Amino acid sequence: MTTITRETARGDLLRFALFAVLILAMPLWLAPLGAGYPDLMQKFAIYGLFAVGFNILFGLTGYLSFGHAAFLGVGSYTAVWSFKLLGMNPLPAIALAIVLAGAFAWVIGFVSLRRTGIYFAILTLAFAQMSYNLAYSVLTPITNGETGLRVLNSDPRVLDHMMGAGEVEGSLVSTLFGIEMNGLPGFYFCAVWLLIGMYVSFRLFRSPFGLMLMAIKSNQNRMNFTGINTRPYALTAFVISGMYAGLAGALLCVTDPLAGAERMQWTASGEVVLMTILGGAGTLLGPMLGAGIIKYSENIFSAFNEQTLHEIFGFLPDGVEGAVVSVASLFVGEGWHLTLGLLFMLIVIFLPGGVIEGGHRIQALLRRRGKGGGADQAHPQAAE
Amino acid sequence: MDAILLQILNGLDKGGAYALIALGLTLVFGTLGVVNFAHGALFMMGAFCAVSFNQLIGLEKVTVDPTQMTPWGTPLEVRVPMIENWLGDWGTFILDYSVPFSILMAIPVMIIIGLVMERGLIQFFYRRTHAEQILVTFGLAIVLQEIIKAWFGANPIPQAPPEDLRLAADIGAFLGFEPNTVVYPYWRLIYFLFSAMVIGGVFAFLQLTTFGMVVRAGMADRETVGLFGIDIEKRFTIVFGLAAVVAGLAGVMYTPILPPDYHMGMEFLVLSFVVVVVGGMGSLPGAVAAGFLLGILQSFASMTEVKSIIPGIDQIIIYLVAVIILLVRPRGLLGRKGVMES
Repeated sequence: MTTITRETARGDLLRFALFAVLILAMPLWLAPLGAGYPDLMQKFAIYGLFAVGFNILFGLTGYLSFGHAAFLGVGSYTAVWSFKLLGMNPLPAIALAIVLAGAFAWVIGFVSLRRTGIYFAILTLAFAQMSYNLAYSVLTPITNGETGLRVLNSDPRVLDHMMGAGEVEGSLVSTLFGIEMNGLPGFYFCAVWLLIGMYVSFRLFRSPFGLMLMAIKSNQNRMNFTGINTRPYALTAFVISGMYAGLAGALLCVTDPLAGAERMQWTASGEVVLMTILGGAGTLLGPMLGAGIIKYSENIFSAFNEQTLHEIFGFLPDGVEGAVVSVASLFVGEGWHLTLGLLFMLIVIFLPGGVIEGGHRIQALLRRRGKGGGADQAHPQAAE
Repeated sequence: MDAILLQILNGLDKGGAYALIALGLTLVFGTLGVVNFAHGALFMMGAFCAVSFNQLIGLEKVTVDPTQMTPWGTPLEVRVPMIENWLGDWGTFILDYSVPFSILMAIPVMIIIGLVMERGLIQFFYRRTHAEQILVTFGLAIVLQEIIKAWFGANPIPQAPPEDLRLAADIGAFLGFEPNTVVYPYWRLIYFLFSAMVIGGVFAFLQLTTFGMVVRAGMADRETVGLFGIDIEKRFTIVFGLAAVVAGLAGVMYTPILPPDYHMGMEFLVLSFVVVVVGGMGSLPGAVAAGFLLGILQSFASMTEVKSIIPGIDQIIIYLVAVIILLVRPRGLLGRKGVMES
């Protein structure tokens, strides 16, 4: 169990500093891995933020939400509307997106948190599907339905016009004080938000509030017996994680000012669950790690096609090569989701604690071998 | 009045599908205690049983008829389904009725899929948390639907109902209303009757056979049944197979109504979960009742009169009802105390 001592505080600070350096230096160390281009790194940062926020709910309280994509969608739509009405400055868009996604999360959380366990999962799923369906049908004036919402040159953009930047040649890009938010500046903008989000998450984990959330996870009944009403705490966690999702949604639009309803589909909710679990639910760095792994492998795998596979397996004898390629081609390109599903299953079956737990296990194994047997063993922690 | 009747009828077939899937979900949950997010995939695989059966019997033998010429001046190719060559008129009949006949294939296939799934994966998750069960079956559902997509492609594959059943029945005239006011396609009527039969069969199986009695006892108190020396786990495995068959049959017969595609399962699964929750987790009659109820409600909500008052209500009515019911009656309509309370 986590206790807050001066030592952990210092360790956290150290870890956070290391993390910040790693994130900010991403263009350097990702380049050899073939992922050093800004579009992908933006995705790392944005989905990392999404997962970090989801982890505050799922990792700490154990409430499994299957509807977090709805908040991502709300954030996206809000951001694009802010672009349309106020102007292409990302800051008001982000502020509005966080507030609105938080309010939306409060409403949904208020209802959903009356139930726990599977009921909660289904309720959030129902709400998310409801928002998705509405975004596609009745709310078309707001969401622009299937086409997706985009910023047009004819939109009011009040602030832009006031600043005298109303007339823009070509496509509209979100601009922060003259810096266009795509490419590397866009990544650094997202990275700064990721660091802020990460710092908040670090502090939350070590705060009394975070401890309360962990207590909810380990035994809610006992909490209730001691006379503590746990629901406000869970609701706060839910709203906070909804705000993270809103922020992530807004950032998606900052880097590419387009919002579509498919962002709210349950598959998107499933993806963030997977990211969190893959990295390690309830750990500080796990979700970010999971998001990175998923987005990286999505990028790698979906770029493959039969051609590249033939090149890779070219060293095999012809007959074998044909067979291997035809099997492997199921898993790449269009079939990337198959790999995702398999990965999902394998992680849940063999490594419910995620990559971080895997690391701990290996560490413990090494330590045991070093000591010559038996000091302490890694016990897989049942994720409640 | 006739408009109301028509909407009720319209809701019955969809309600039947919801009820069948929800029944299977509840069975699995009540016996194995597992939340199966891959149940929609079973429905989808049932539908694709019908597709592959149709493709199988549709295999054609191509002969070149030199006496006849196509307009392009090449000899005419005559394509005759092999089954017509072998069985004559019977073959034609089977071809026409390929959807109902594919039930014969779907039952063994679904049993095998169900048993493999239970023994291969689900059995290791009895003692894991519900969150983990949801996650692993969710992953399984993705895998299954991607396999189907890789095999059959991403486009819906329409299946025709038998020639004689393509028309619509004038039920209104039959019941004494004006003719041609309540017109209902035969196939939907058949789907409703079929789902009622399957539901009846499952209930009869559980209520009237010794096997069913043991299963019900196991659902109520697994430990005591075990003390009697009954290997309850083996029976629960069979129940899982049964649930897979029920979902598969629901899928087979639904193909003429909705052309199957690889992600139809998930759409139905989400709705069926809502149905289960509304009906009350672990209550079989609740699942069935809620299935039909929500199907009918949905069809009422998609009336133009209703939609003009509350736009978009048809898209969200089911979720809305679920939310209200969960808030007012947290256990669902017919939920029992002590089931899934934590």
